[in-house]
Amino acid sequence: MDNILSLLIWLPILGAIVVAFIPRDKEDIIRYTAAGFTGVQFIIAILLWRKFEPGNGSMQFMERLEWIPSLNISYILGVDGLSIPMVILTAMLFFIGVFVSWNINKAVKGYFALYLLLDAGVIGVFLSLDFFLFYIFWEVMLLPMYFLIGMWGGPQREYAAIKFFLYTLFGSVLMLVGILGLYFTCGKTFDILLIMERAPEALDGVLWWGMSAAKVIWVLLFIGFAIKVPVFPFHTWLPLAHVEAPTAISVILAGILLKLGVYGIIRVNYGILPNAVWWFAGGLAILGLVNVIWGGLCALAQTDLKKLVAYSSINHMGYSLLGMAAVVAAGAANGGDLKAAQAGLSGAVFQMFNHGTISAMLFILVGVVYERAHHRDIDGFGGLARQMPIYTGVTALAFFAGLGLPGFSGFVSEAMCFIGAFPVFKTIVVLSTIGILLNAAYFLWAFQRIFFGKLNEKYKDMSEINGLELFTVIPLAVITLFFGLYPRPYLDLIRATMDQIIEKVAFVANFASM
Amino acid sequence: MTNLQSLEFFVPEIILVIIVIAALITDLFLKKSKTDLIGWVLGIGLIIVALSIINLRNVPPTTLFLDMIVIDPFSSFIKIVIILSTLLVIVASWENHELSDYRKGEYFTIMGIMVIGLFLMSSTVDVIMLYISIEVVSIMSFVLAAYLKLDTRSNEAGLKYVIYGAFSSGVMLFGLSIVYGLAGSTNYFVIQDSIAALDSSANPALVMGLLMIFAGFGYKISAVPFHFWTPDVYEGSPTTITAYLSVAPKAAGFAMIIRFFHHVFSDSNALSSNMVGTTDMPWPEIMGVLAVVTMTLGNLVAIQQESIKRMLAYSSIAHAGYMMLALPVISVNAIEAIMIYLFVYLFMNLGAFFVVITVKNKTGGETFDDYKGLGWDMPFVGCVMTLFMLSLTGLPPTAGFVGKFYIFKTLVGAGNSFYWLVIAGGLNSVISLYYYFHVVKVMFLDGQRSDKVMQPPVTMFGLLVVTAVPSLLLGLYWNPLISWVKESLVFYSQAL
Repeated sequence: MDNILSLLIWLPILGAIVVAFIPRDKEDIIRYTAAGFTGVQFIIAILLWRKFEPGNGSMQFMERLEWIPSLNISYILGVDGLSIPMVILTAMLFFIGVFVSWNINKAVKGYFALYLLLDAGVIGVFLSLDFFLFYIFWEVMLLPMYFLIGMWGGPQREYAAIKFFLYTLFGSVLMLVGILGLYFTCGKTFDILLIMERAPEALDGVLWWGMSAAKVIWVLLFIGFAIKVPVFPFHTWLPLAHVEAPTAISVILAGILLKLGVYGIIRVNYGILPNAVWWFAGGLAILGLVNVIWGGLCALAQTDLKKLVAYSSINHMGYSLLGMAAVVAAGAANGGDLKAAQAGLSGAVFQMFNHGTISAMLFILVGVVYERAHHRDIDGFGGLARQMPIYTGVTALAFFAGLGLPGFSGFVSEAMCFIGAFPVFKTIVVLSTIGILLNAAYFLWAFQRIFFGKLNEKYKDMSEINGLELFTVIPLAVITLFFGLYPRPYLDLIRATMDQIIEKVAFVANFASM
Repeated sequence: MTNLQSLEFFVPEIILVIIVIAALITDLFLKKSKTDLIGWVLGIGLIIVALSIINLRNVPPTTLFLDMIVIDPFSSFIKIVIILSTLLVIVASWENHELSDYRKGEYFTIMGIMVIGLFLMSSTVDVIMLYISIEVVSIMSFVLAAYLKLDTRSNEAGLKYVIYGAFSSGVMLFGLSIVYGLAGSTNYFVIQDSIAALDSSANPALVMGLLMIFAGFGYKISAVPFHFWTPDVYEGSPTTITAYLSVAPKAAGFAMIIRFFHHVFSDSNALSSNMVGTTDMPWPEIMGVLAVVTMTLGNLVAIQQESIKRMLAYSSIAHAGYMMLALPVISVNAIEAIMIYLFVYLFMNLGAFFVVITVKNKTGGETFDDYKGLGWDMPFVGCVMTLFMLSLTGLPPTAGFVGKFYIFKTLVGAGNSFYWLVIAGGLNSVISLYYYFHVVKVMFLDGQRSDKVMQPPVTMFGLLVVTAVPSLLLGLYWNPLISWVKESLVFYSQAL
């Protein structure tokens, strides 16, 4: 099991190749092959989790191979407390996604080949510890995503696909400049761990156009990641991409791809430029606030159920940003409140995971009703509760999880973000609570309009949610409930790594304030 | 080295001349339908030439014919690039239906003469030889551009090319004569020393001369504002010639520019030296602005094109711009980056043009409408075209990314006065994504699943594989390429 991480990345690529060689008329074989490969990947991810030592905050299962020696590019993989939950989430959602896509009939072979390629790209980003490799995986995701939205999506799919592509590429080009800046200032290496070690010292006092190089690089990298999160004002690609994408791809997009942004900020910006965290935390908190309020208000205004869920993602990622900003609480100037920093950062990382499961659930459920009614207009339904009681029950659960009701995992992580950020950013936290209200308002209002009132005559023959669909939702619901009641296992898994990051930022903060 | 001694090291060019003569004579005895044979003659001849170039690789860099041209690893590298592109284009010419109404004997022969010109361009260190080699290449290009004599657009292409070519070479010759007047010699190394010794009163004349010379260079690599001939010539020429013009003369043109600027502008013969201003002009900034304008204009105009061939013409202007980004920093790294870029550009750009030929053979057109649903009708062609578009955009893991990466790396490494060039280059790749992926959109997104899946003819299939494989593989593993480039980075330089 020495190469378990490589296995996680290369298995779906192998799967894509196998799918490419199956005759295109054997659609069921293709589906089972995709399910098989993602299933095995999921099992490997579980094995990885069982073998992972939570007490150890550093990288585990490291792999290292020379690749392009003349540029010091290597193939380096590793996993720590920050990436392991994301790896498991990715493997799980891609496995579930195969069943969500079971009804896709158009060019099945192409769909699953691209789907597996996307899988490899995402896992690769979470596992790679070499900037060059990281960047390649980051970009490898774009092409499958472009096709998956553009070919299997809704009416405006072509526009949505190219908009997604252009936005992300714009961000990644800036990111590349930032990466090259780090390469040259930190002794010509792409090794992320090495750069982490060297950067604070190497960038100390370096000026670019009269600005601190650390800040410039921070901003370049941040824009790249912020577009993925998406942080206001880079969010406009998201609702469109979500609405046009087929259900399974919306699930992947909301559940995992958005997390890549947050993951990138914590791994790269926090890990490499802790000085600049100190400088940018206030801005991060304000951006979090804007995301929360703006996402909430936009969600309230939607008549399309899927768009509502899409804007709720923007709203929810705002909490994560707020929690991340709380890291500075650990600095001496802010009273060295280690507990608040821990709560905030762990909350942010926990929120990533929770939003991954909850939004996946929401998108699957939207897909279920769209499959039957062929529209998603919130006002076009009414009274579905009597017609589809089980569906109503499951949706109620998902909506409550989404609005952060106590007892669901979303509540725990949002509360942690708030608790963490409160000591430092009091006004911002108070203002963001408006977001919770908005959050409850849009979910409950939508729920009321769809499920209560008089049954719309058109839908009196609408069939109940079927077994396959329930099979995709129930595991997610169970996880949400479990972590809502008992978040400890998750927090234990990430604690050691979170403490390391906090220590790093706090140390620099103390250093700077002296 | 004297003329007689030089002949021994001039074997590749001598073989080429013999092949060209042989081709001309063979052509006399062939029926029109058999003239493809001349392609075989030239192709096999070029392989022999390549072998003789490899055979000369251990010769220490030296000048030939009384300091007219040099033989060094750098020129060998460029010559190999030229031979590779010529070979690919010869094979494609057999399959190009546009040419089937014409005798191809002269076509291949002229191409052979052009290769001689390109060889001389890449190895000249004397302004007279510089001018002659450019003219050899240009005049052959005029004829090839107008080769479809029954097609008015091809005639237009040839005529436009002649007018622009004559004008710009006239301007360049004027510039060269001014520089000669100041330096008193036609040899690069003497010019370098004399310019360094000039006092500042000569600056206006020198600046004028250099700008005029650059006009000639800019014309050859189609840099803005000397690019106006490119779109019409590229659109009207036979597609194989378009493909050829977009790669081989560009490679030789860059080799010529690198050599000229490196020898005339650097403060010593050492490769590590940066470009120095021997005049008061901010040369790096001027070059930077030209590069940015070239790629931006190429990309912005490419967006609006209806014809894919014309779009690729503008895109090739943009790619000249990316390569020019490295010219302001004319260091080892910059030259290395341009060489890598030229090599990967050879495959991805020729590949894209080969797809254009395949589609034109099938549908008779080259507009976006002709590509509708191509990904479903001819999945293989659709997939490789997507790969070429990805690579031309510069997305990993394709060769195009490696090319751009080295250019950007050079600029970031050269200090923060060049960062704006990196940002401009990056944003330009984002713009280019839009039109490159318009092709992909039309091929896959606008089509329907078709029941009869077609494959291109075997020769075309082979050509597409030969261009697609390096376009992908060089993006994943380019150690052999980089070590070859590093070995080839040896210029002839005069001992001080």
